[in-house]
Amino acid sequence: MKTYLFVIHMFVCNIIIAYFFPLAVYSSTLEIKIGSKKFTESVILGEIATHLVKSAGEQPIHLRELGGTRVLWNALLKGEIDIYPEYTGTISEEILAGEGVRSDEEIRQALMKRGIKMTNALGFNNTYAIGMKGEVAEKLKIQKISDLRLHPDLKFGFGNEFMDRGDGWPILRRHYNLPQQNVRGLDHDLAYRGLEKGTIQAIDIYSTDAKIRYYNLRLLEDDLNHFPAYNAVILYRSDLEERAPHVVTVLKKIESKIPESEMVKMNSRANMEMVPENRIAADFLSEGLSLETESYEETAISRLLRHTREHLYLVAISLSAAILISIPLGIVSAKRPKSGQIILGIVGVIQTIPSLALLVFMIPLLGIGGPPAITALFLYSLLPIVRNTYTGLHDIRPHIRESAEALGLPPGARLRLVELPMVSRSILAGIKTSAVINIGTATLGALIGAGGYGQLILTGIRLDNISLILQGAVPAAALALIVQGSFEALERFFVPKGLRLKPAA
Amino acid sequence: MIRIQDVSKIFGQTRALQSIDLTIPAGLTTVLIGQSGCGKSTILRLIIGLLQADSGSIYFEETKITPEVVISLRRRMGYVIQEGGLFPHLTAYGNIAMMAHYLGWNNERIRKRLNELTELTSFPSDGLDRFPVQLSGGQQQRVSLMRALMLDPDVLLLDEPLGALDPMIRADLQVDLKRIFQALGKTVVLVTHDIAEAGFFGNVITLLRDGKILQKGTLEDLVQSPADSFVTRFINAQRSPLEVMRKDFK
Ligand SMILES: Nc1ncnc2c1ncn2[C@@H]1O[C@H](COP(=O)(O)OP(=O)(O)OP(=O)(O)O)[C@@H](O)[C@H]1O
Ligand SMILES: [Mg+2]
Repeated sequence: MKTYLFVIHMFVCNIIIAYFFPLAVYSSTLEIKIGSKKFTESVILGEIATHLVKSAGEQPIHLRELGGTRVLWNALLKGEIDIYPEYTGTISEEILAGEGVRSDEEIRQALMKRGIKMTNALGFNNTYAIGMKGEVAEKLKIQKISDLRLHPDLKFGFGNEFMDRGDGWPILRRHYNLPQQNVRGLDHDLAYRGLEKGTIQAIDIYSTDAKIRYYNLRLLEDDLNHFPAYNAVILYRSDLEERAPHVVTVLKKIESKIPESEMVKMNSRANMEMVPENRIAADFLSEGLSLETESYEETAISRLLRHTREHLYLVAISLSAAILISIPLGIVSAKRPKSGQIILGIVGVIQTIPSLALLVFMIPLLGIGGPPAITALFLYSLLPIVRNTYTGLHDIRPHIRESAEALGLPPGARLRLVELPMVSRSILAGIKTSAVINIGTATLGALIGAGGYGQLILTGIRLDNISLILQGAVPAAALALIVQGSFEALERFFVPKGLRLKPAA
Repeated sequence: MIRIQDVSKIFGQTRALQSIDLTIPAGLTTVLIGQSGCGKSTILRLIIGLLQADSGSIYFEETKITPEVVISLRRRMGYVIQEGGLFPHLTAYGNIAMMAHYLGWNNERIRKRLNELTELTSFPSDGLDRFPVQLSGGQQQRVSLMRALMLDPDVLLLDEPLGALDPMIRADLQVDLKRIFQALGKTVVLVTHDIAEAGFFGNVITLLRDGKILQKGTLEDLVQSPADSFVTRFINAQRSPLEVMRKDFK
C-alpha cells in the first residue's frame, strides 16, 4: 500500500510541476513567440523572424508548422504567439472575409481594431495559382485558367485550405464557370505526388513554390484576375510595441527586402537541397542585410533528444493524470451501476472521436501547445483504464467478494485489501493499452504546436523527406515498445505473487 | 443463540425460503440438509447478512440482525463459504490473519493464535507461506476453517465445507472437524446434502425441501418417524453405493 501511495504522490507532484511550470525559464530576457504555418515558406519566414528577435537581444521561441491560418490567427489574437508571417490576400479574403477590406490601409485599420499590427510588404507576392504538369498542359493546350472549361473530365486535387477559403475553389469555379466535378481536398504536400502519378491533373500552388521548377509545372494565367495579391507581411501583436519596441524595429528591417526570386531560391534550398530553414534564414540575413546571426544548427542527436523530451512530457503528464482519474472512475462504475452507465458511456464516446478531431476541438478551448495536446491525450487515455478497472471489479467471482464481506471488513477495506489487488493485472493491462495509444496519438500533438516526434514526421511530410519521417516514426514506435515492456516488468511489483502463479498441474 | 423467525426470501420467480422458523441452540451443531437448491446456503447468507430477508427477522442472541449492526456481528461469526472463497492473491497466512491485521492485533498475538489453529486443524505450518493455488483441496478447506476461527467467533457457519473433496480426505476431515467442534464447544451451523455426514455431525438435523422445513430431529427421528414419504426417499437415496447399484439393475 505504501508503494501505491508513494507512486500516486509522485504522479501528482509531476503533474502539478509540469503543467504549471512548463520548461520554466528564469531570466531577464523577454520570451517572444513566433508562429509559422505548415509549409516551408512560412517556416523560413518564421526562422528569419526568430533570428531577428534574437539579434534584438530577446529570447525567441519558434512554434513551427502550427497548422493553417485559423490556428495561427487565433493564437495571435489570444497572445499565445506574438508574431507570425502572413499574406495580405489571406488576411482580406480569409481572416477578414466578408468585411470587404481590400487595400493595405483598410487591412491595417481592421487589424488595429483587433490589437494586431502589420509590417509593410516584405517584397514578394506569393499568390495562389493553378498548376498543371507542363507536358499535360501542353498536350491539352491549356494556358489560362479559362482554358480549363474545355476539359470537364480533368481531376483536381486542392489543399484543404484552398477548398474552403474566400478566394478558393468554390468561388474560383463560379468566377470562371468551371465544369469539373472530380475535385478532391487533400494535403498540399501529397497533391504533388498525385500530380506525378497522374491521379490528378491540376492543383493549387503558391507562385513562389520551389516545386514549380522541380516538377516542371505550368502556372495557368489568371486571365479573369481572380486571385488577389498575396504580399507577404509579418503580423504582430500591438502590445509588442510597448513590451519590446526594439523587436518591432528589427522586424521592419526586412520590409521590401525579399524579392520573389529570393524567396523561390530559399524555398528551393529547403525543399530540394534539404538545407535547414535555420541556416537558410541566417544566410539570407547575412547576405541581404549584412546581419550576422548565429545559426544554431542542431545535430540529429540533440534534435532527437529534444523531441524525445517533448514527447515524454506530453505522454507522462497526460497518462499519469489519466491513471489517477480513471481508476477511481472505474471503481465508481463498478460500485454504482447507474453512474457507471453514464461514466462508461461518456468515456466511450470520447474514444470514438477521431484523435485528430479531438486535438483540433481543444484549440478554441485551450489554445495551442502543450496543455491542449495533453488534455486531448488525457481524454483519449481514459477508456482502456476505466473499462479494465470496471470489468476487473465486476468479474471478481462472487464467493471471493462474499468471503471478504462475511469476514466483517467494511467496504473501503474490502476494496483496498481484496478487490483492488485482485484486479491489479487487469488495471495494469488497461494502463498498458492507454500508454501505447497515447504515445502513438501524441505524434499528432505537433499539429497544434506541442512538439514531440510528430514534429519530425510533419517536417518530413512537408519536405517529402522519408528519412525525416522515419526519424520521428521509428522512435515513437520504439518508445511504445519500451513503455509496454516496462509495464510488463512492473507486473512484478503491482500484481501480487499469488495471482501470477499457475495452478499446480 | 440464533433465532430465525418467519423468514421468507424470494429471488425473482424463485421462492428460495418460505416462512422459516428455526432456533440454533448454543454450543451444539445444527445441520441443514436437503437437495440442491432447497435454500440451505440462503439461510446461512441471511444469518451473516449477505442477504436481507424479504419478511421475518433473525436474531443473534437478543440483537436483531440489520445492515447497521451486521459488520460487528460478522466478527463474532466465522463463515466458510461453499466454494472455499480463499483470496488467491494472499498466502494462507495472509488469508487467515487478514482480519486480525485489520483490527490491529500485534504480531505476537497473531503468531500465538495461528499456532493454536494450525495445531487444531493439523495444518503443516510450512504451508502458511503458500498461496491457495499451491495447496491441496483439503489444505485449502483447513485454511478456510482457520480463517473463520481466527477471531475466535461464537458461531461457525459452514457451507458444505467438505463438498469438493475426495472420499478419503473427506472422511479424515470429518473426524478432524468433529473433534474441533467438540474441543471448542462452539455453536455450529453446518450445511450438507449428505445424510451420513449429517448424522455424523449433527445434534439436530433440519431437513429442507423447496424452501420449507420438512422435519427437525436427530438422524434416528428422521429414519424412525419420517414426517412424510419424501424424508424416507431422501434418506434411502443415499444409503450406500452398493444398494443404489442393485436398485438400478432391477
Ligand atoms: N442470488 C440469487 N439470485 C437468484 N436466485 C438465487 C440466488 N441465490 C439463490 N438462488 C436460488 O434460490 C434457491 C436456493 O438457493 P441456495 O443457494 O440456498 O440452495 P442450496 O440449498 O444451497 O443448494 P446447493 O446444495 O446446490 O448449494 C435456488 O433455487 C437458487 O437457484
Ligand atoms: Mg448451497
